[in-house]
Amino acid sequence: MAMSAEEIESLIKESIPDAKVKIEALKDDGDHFSAIVISKKFQNISKVKQHQMVYKALKGRMGEQLHALALKTSSEF
Amino acid sequence: MDQNIQEYIKKEISETEVILFMKGTPVFPQCGFSSTVVQILSQIGLKFKSIDVLSDNEIRQGIKEFSDWPTIPQLYIKGEFVGGCDILTEMFQSGELNSFVESKGIELQKPST
Repeated sequence: MAMSAEEIESLIKESIPDAKVKIEALKDDGDHFSAIVISKKFQNISKVKQHQMVYKALKGRMGEQLHALALKTSSEF
Repeated sequence: MDQNIQEYIKKEISETEVILFMKGTPVFPQCGFSSTVVQILSQIGLKFKSIDVLSDNEIRQGIKEFSDWPTIPQLYIKGEFVGGCDILTEMFQSGELNSFVESKGIELQKPST
């Protein structure tokens, strides 16, 4: 069961409300996307932790319905 | 959580300076992301041990629980989880990976010119 860019964006924003999110489909199969997520919450935390926050927001879909998410995170708008 | 898998993983990671959990092997990577990380490590001249998670599904799931990271590949340097393909690519492009490795006291093999 694939996902849509909108679904990914809304899941991320649900857990990270101030996030600015840009999602692009890398393939049109619904499970390869790239995402840029910018949030103040990422300040002073490691890249690994920033990405883990985004994966948690996706509530277990990462690596399951969502095979690939090329992720870039930043704390600066 | 299967205890002896977690023990095995912990032991491998603590006893190996640089270890990459990947899909396939460095010579025959079975996934683009794993292959990208292998290329990055060989380009900076970092020797590493690899574990093919496709050869044992318990390791494949166990490593995700161990690091609370949902995807493969996963690179560990001196027991520390450094990242997956995205983070390693970013670190490689910014030069941060070289300085991180050297800060851990690990020598990079200069490419034979």
